[in-house]
Amino acid sequence: MKLRLNVNGEIRSADVRPAELLLDVLRENLGLTGVKPGCRHGDCGACTVTVDGLPMKSCLMLAVEAADKTVETIEGLQDSPVQRAFVEKFAFQCGYCTPGFIMNSHALAHLHPKADKATVREWLQSNICRCTSYEEIQEAVEAVLSSGQPTSRMMN
Amino acid sequence: MIPFDFNYYRPATIEEAVALYMRLDQKGKWPLYWSGGTEIATFARLNQIYTEAVIDLKGIPECRALAVEEQEMTLGSALTLSEIHDSEIFPLLGATGSGIADRTSRNKITLGGNVCSELIYKEAILPLLLADSDVIVAGVSGARRLPIAQLFQRSMQLAKGEFLVQFKVNTSYRLRPYTSVKKRKQSAIGYPIITVATLTTESGSRFAFSGLCDFPFRSEEIEKILNQHELPVGERIRQAEDRLPAPIRSDMLASANYRRLVWQVTLEDLLANMEA
Repeated sequence: MKLRLNVNGEIRSADVRPAELLLDVLRENLGLTGVKPGCRHGDCGACTVTVDGLPMKSCLMLAVEAADKTVETIEGLQDSPVQRAFVEKFAFQCGYCTPGFIMNSHALAHLHPKADKATVREWLQSNICRCTSYEEIQEAVEAVLSSGQPTSRMMN
Repeated sequence: MIPFDFNYYRPATIEEAVALYMRLDQKGKWPLYWSGGTEIATFARLNQIYTEAVIDLKGIPECRALAVEEQEMTLGSALTLSEIHDSEIFPLLGATGSGIADRTSRNKITLGGNVCSELIYKEAILPLLLADSDVIVAGVSGARRLPIAQLFQRSMQLAKGEFLVQFKVNTSYRLRPYTSVKKRKQSAIGYPIITVATLTTESGSRFAFSGLCDFPFRSEEIEKILNQHELPVGERIRQAEDRLPAPIRSDMLASANYRRLVWQVTLEDLLANMEA
């Protein structure tokens, strides 16, 4: 089937099987390889993107479910406050989980700019970092929240 | 990647969904209703489920309803657990639902999907059992409304082609005192060793459990015992254990003995707090 997706502010088309997961269509059909496959089971959060502004594990969503919605991947963020904070706080080591963490944190900062520690912790529990950079990641997110900087565009 | 093909349908009405199901079933397409779809997607990837057609219920307005009225609350089956939590419409359900999976996954997991899960836990059913909810079920002969205790007997007893549309909860239960406790083996995310939800009414406290046996349950017999305040807490728990509806579960997460211990300690703490 021909699928049209609104990804990172662009309308993209792809020929897909209805059974294709959003993760695979973003990577294989649209070349957005910043969306990382991890467990493919909804556990690790490496494949997190935002859909209508909400973080979503793209391995748990059919691509056809994203039709008529706005999808944003790490490629759609350009020098966002969350990205800068991750660099400044050294909030990664190998970096594989980083796009997922950043997309989740980006959505959090947009939807809950005054999130308390418990909320930040709850949201970050959706992602796994095998290098265990959790403290630095939490510091980065809290730095963005406390700075009061607006997050970059959120296409919903 | 899901290793087989299926067609995707997104009906806009209940009638269209049921008609689609029946037509696809007659054609041998093994149709499945798709709500959040997280469990179907993961089981399909592992070849543990098969279908040639999924029918997405999220386009049906009744399945997405969320309302509080004077007499009753309406919770659509295709609401996500995050939506229910953030709406604060039914705090006990919000709290119990927020223990399921993780926040991002709860942006996709739906109420109807969780209570119809193939997994044993189905924790979102606990508040609905405690509040004597009604369920609106749609099927080939139309919609019917029935008490949840009648529909949920260890699992949802749905006929072929039926799906959950809404839950109706008496508004008087909305802000009753409640507790929701989930005990996991380790970490903040994961399946429960046990989950206990309670709701206090004028006639006493109600208790529902997940993870203890092979299915979630509420037992009025156990509630009667646990509400016998003249008995010591330990004696009440001992008598309650004699009336469990099935053996305590034993699996790689926890042996039956360990589950029993966790259940006992959790109940002791809960009863002590509730009666303090």
